[in-house]
Amino acid sequence: MTSLDHIVIVGAGECGAAGAAALRGSGFSGTITLIGDEVLVPYERPPLSKASLVAIDEPEPVTSVHGERLADLDVDLIAGVAVESIDRSLATVRLADGRNLPYGRLLLTTGARARTLPIKGGEQALTLRTHDDALALRNQLRLARHVVVLGAGFIGLEVAASARQLGCEVTVLEMAPVALGRAVPTAIADVIVRRHIDEGVDIRFGAQATAIRSSGDGYVIDVIGSTEPLTADVVVAGIGATPNVELAADAGLECDNGIAVNSLLQTSDPNIFAAGDCAAAMSELYGGRRIRLESWRNAYDQAATAAANMLGSTEPHQAVPWFWSDQYDLGLQLAGLFDAASEVVARHRSDRTTVLFGLDPEGCLVAAGAVGSGTSVAKDIRVAELMIAARSQPTVDELIDPDQPLKKLLRR
Amino acid sequence: MTDWVEACGVDGVDEEDVIPVEIGGHQFAVYRSPDNNYFATDGFCTHEQFLLADGLVMDNIIECPKHNGRFDYTTGEGKGAPICENLKSYPVKVEDGIVFVNVGG
Repeated sequence: MTSLDHIVIVGAGECGAAGAAALRGSGFSGTITLIGDEVLVPYERPPLSKASLVAIDEPEPVTSVHGERLADLDVDLIAGVAVESIDRSLATVRLADGRNLPYGRLLLTTGARARTLPIKGGEQALTLRTHDDALALRNQLRLARHVVVLGAGFIGLEVAASARQLGCEVTVLEMAPVALGRAVPTAIADVIVRRHIDEGVDIRFGAQATAIRSSGDGYVIDVIGSTEPLTADVVVAGIGATPNVELAADAGLECDNGIAVNSLLQTSDPNIFAAGDCAAAMSELYGGRRIRLESWRNAYDQAATAAANMLGSTEPHQAVPWFWSDQYDLGLQLAGLFDAASEVVARHRSDRTTVLFGLDPEGCLVAAGAVGSGTSVAKDIRVAELMIAARSQPTVDELIDPDQPLKKLLRR
Repeated sequence: MTDWVEACGVDGVDEEDVIPVEIGGHQFAVYRSPDNNYFATDGFCTHEQFLLADGLVMDNIIECPKHNGRFDYTTGEGKGAPICENLKSYPVKVEDGIVFVNVGG
């Protein structure tokens, strides 16, 4: 490997900022350059679909805790400049402003971008990924009467909840027969869908928009199987995200629905690492397959692992996937991966919240999830997360018994 | 005037657990440690205002229920990312089976 006096991080979102902080936390004293194509200092994206949209006053970006401390951490932030290419033979990155920066190690935290609608007029649907996207959407929602959201995934449903809070009429169109895709058990998705219906949202499953046309100040949306086209003042597409792999792919790094990294988060070039939404990482916990996660916690966890390994550690990334979503006063939390489960069992708590557990064929706990008021499910899901990490093998009877404290199962 | 205010009975909080207690419009978190001592801190995480009583207590650590930030609840000290501000802690005493918090801090 090359000498380690300069680490370059491409992508100044939370993962990049967390990576810089983790490098300093591990005692790295060389130069850290953090490069982002957004003008803003690193900020938190979770509020963009929630608090930022319903804020009475124009919201400021919530800077990442580390973002505020970048100066203290002696990190050189280059904001508003894209990285155009990586020259691996010279170990340099080329910036859009013509600069070439040498690196000893390179960390790619390039994130993901919102998928755009591949239908006629699809470019007229707003997407949500950046603070500027959130401001644009917020300004339109405040004037809108009827909002159509395409996609009943997390972003679509969080935007729907925010739009209802602002008093908009909301219609959600989802191509699939269920909300929230494969990652969320139907029993949990149903609780959330029922709440949207109670709040007055019109959710239609098996519904696909085929075209969006401008009409006066608004839009007309053609929908398969519906004789009446929908009208809307604002159309939002929440149909997933595409990992930003182009920089890595152009440099000849292996990509596989994300920048392919091993369990150390190292790409096919040992001097280059990748973390966060852009990285498809080999998971030892989930059977030696590559997994790409789009979540706040994963961005922080992988940043820490990548930072340690860039400095010479050889620790595989072990963190259990963990995710949350807030809609109305409901808080959903998920730990692990339900698609790894062969059996799903339910614990019905006395507060009428149901916690689901997923077990793999060997009886190891591999997933847990629940939705309840506020953060009321946090304790159970956190203990389950620790049990998943410990490859705990609780019995079904223990899991479904609400009087059996999970902490006891963790500790035996 | 005394700042000692009744928070809960000694059995009102389980061993190695936490409950929310509102006193005079202020949220507190009251903890019982694995060795049966009682502690109190502000009720909300210093990072993003989540109710700490929904978080997990392990030994002398309370975790924020949302972002996994950790505090030593016996002192209020923050224990790493994403926490950058310590938690205010309050003196506690137990008399006649009642846990009192000194809300004057």
